[in-house]
Amino acid sequence: MDSLIGFWDSLPSALQTVIVILLKIVAILLPLILAVAYTTFAERKVIGYMQVRCGPNRVGPKGWLQPIADVVKLMFKEIITPTASSKAVFFIAPILALAPALAVWSVIPFFDGGVLANVNAGLLFVLAITSLDVFGIILAGWASNSKYAILSSMRIGAQMVAYEIAMGFALVGVLMAAGSLNLSDIVNAQSGGIQNWFMWPLFGLLVVYFISGVAETNRAPFDVAEGESEIVAGFHVEYSGMAFALFFLAEYASMILISVLTTLLFLGGWLSPFESFEGLLAIPVIGSILGSGLHWLVFKSLIFLFLYLWFRATFPRYRYDQIMRLGWKILIPVTLVWIFGEGIAIGLGWEPWK
Amino acid sequence: MTFEQFIFYIFATVTIVSAIAVVTVRNPVYAALFLILTFFTSAATWILLEAEFLGIVLVLVYVGAVMVLFLFVIMMLDINIDPLREGFIRYLPMGILVAIVVAAEIVIVLGSDTFNMAIPDPVPLSDSNTKALGEVLYTEYVYPFELAAVILVVAIIAAISLTMRKRQDATKHQNISEQIRVNSADRLRVLKMKAEEKQ
Repeated sequence: MDSLIGFWDSLPSALQTVIVILLKIVAILLPLILAVAYTTFAERKVIGYMQVRCGPNRVGPKGWLQPIADVVKLMFKEIITPTASSKAVFFIAPILALAPALAVWSVIPFFDGGVLANVNAGLLFVLAITSLDVFGIILAGWASNSKYAILSSMRIGAQMVAYEIAMGFALVGVLMAAGSLNLSDIVNAQSGGIQNWFMWPLFGLLVVYFISGVAETNRAPFDVAEGESEIVAGFHVEYSGMAFALFFLAEYASMILISVLTTLLFLGGWLSPFESFEGLLAIPVIGSILGSGLHWLVFKSLIFLFLYLWFRATFPRYRYDQIMRLGWKILIPVTLVWIFGEGIAIGLGWEPWK
Repeated sequence: MTFEQFIFYIFATVTIVSAIAVVTVRNPVYAALFLILTFFTSAATWILLEAEFLGIVLVLVYVGAVMVLFLFVIMMLDINIDPLREGFIRYLPMGILVAIVVAAEIVIVLGSDTFNMAIPDPVPLSDSNTKALGEVLYTEYVYPFELAAVILVVAIIAAISLTMRKRQDATKHQNISEQIRVNSADRLRVLKMKAEEKQ
């Protein structure tokens, strides 16, 4: 042990910082990738039970090893490149899809002070990086040299650009209420119990944000990119093996991201709903469970993650013109009116969230 | 060389190389991709200058929105490159002339007294870059800022009115609000009939 500490001290301080940062990145990404694997499992199980089936139950006890088996299968599959494809872009595209979905997690706070990079303009950073998601999809569609793939990527590109606007406006409402772009500050602005969360005064924005979040991640009912009956599997129809798995990983990582972000921005993040009950929190064991902490963030995010699966089992796919109508003619006006009202409230000094 | 300078030189090199690649690569989609890389690395350079708001907005607006539309258009058009390359030698003298004029103008402007000043000391920001910019934009420069917004709106309306064509005759249209307002009484008629006698 002493020799280890001695070795650590002998390293140059710059290298020490790099190692610490790398370890933190691993500490964030490893649980994330596990969460992604088990989200796919949860999706199949939940939708299975909603359709009165069992879902996967063969691999391991009750099917719990199914995602591991899926990963192994995908890793050993051959990656096929279409003959007339643009090779470099064909292989860069899945990386471009995954990289932003993982990079955003650097500014997400998990508990008070538990954040990799406490960026001043964290919310803007999230918006900017998530807006890069679309490139992976567009380029995958183009590089595949397939008509189905390019049709799908055209659809999804227009859809993501449209819903990004509604999403951005919903975030404007949050930062007006919090008075900060820093995600930790936004959560701390909601402290003081469940009645102080932004979901009450900004309920309309919460709804708009989550709907556009579902559209941004191309999930049902907005999954026109994968309309099976029209364009086979959409932009990743030519991808196989790990190249396909990267798209899959990116989609589920952004799903989890949207759930966590909704929680942070509107449901008080890691804050406990019982914050105002001092007596309850003073009880030894129960108090620490009911008190603020990472587990509340996980629990609240799981609610939204479940909503994703529920939507998929419930709603039929939107028609393309209906998607555009919902985005431009309904969600954006709702956010504009809400922000206008909020601005008047702030101007008059009537701020219910304080 | 400090670590910051090291990072700056990496980003600067990538910016210059990709900017050159924008005009030299043959495939227009690759050119657009290199333009994206140029924007992205310039945003990184801005962030190194502690202008994080401008850097992030550059990524958000240009990379995330404008370049997506660029790529859209290029991919949809399926440009044939060879005809575009024809007559390179024929237009070369004119091109060189324009390049010389532009370069001379840049030299004259940058050499003038306006730019001939010492590098000002960076003003230490008391608060975040975003807040400082917002305060200046909405107080001191509020009229120019609003004017710019109005000009943008006018441009949008002009672009839409120039390209909008109504084709009511040829295409089938749906009135979605009418569809939503429909209720079962409009579509379904419930008939009451007497049950038949049991035989």
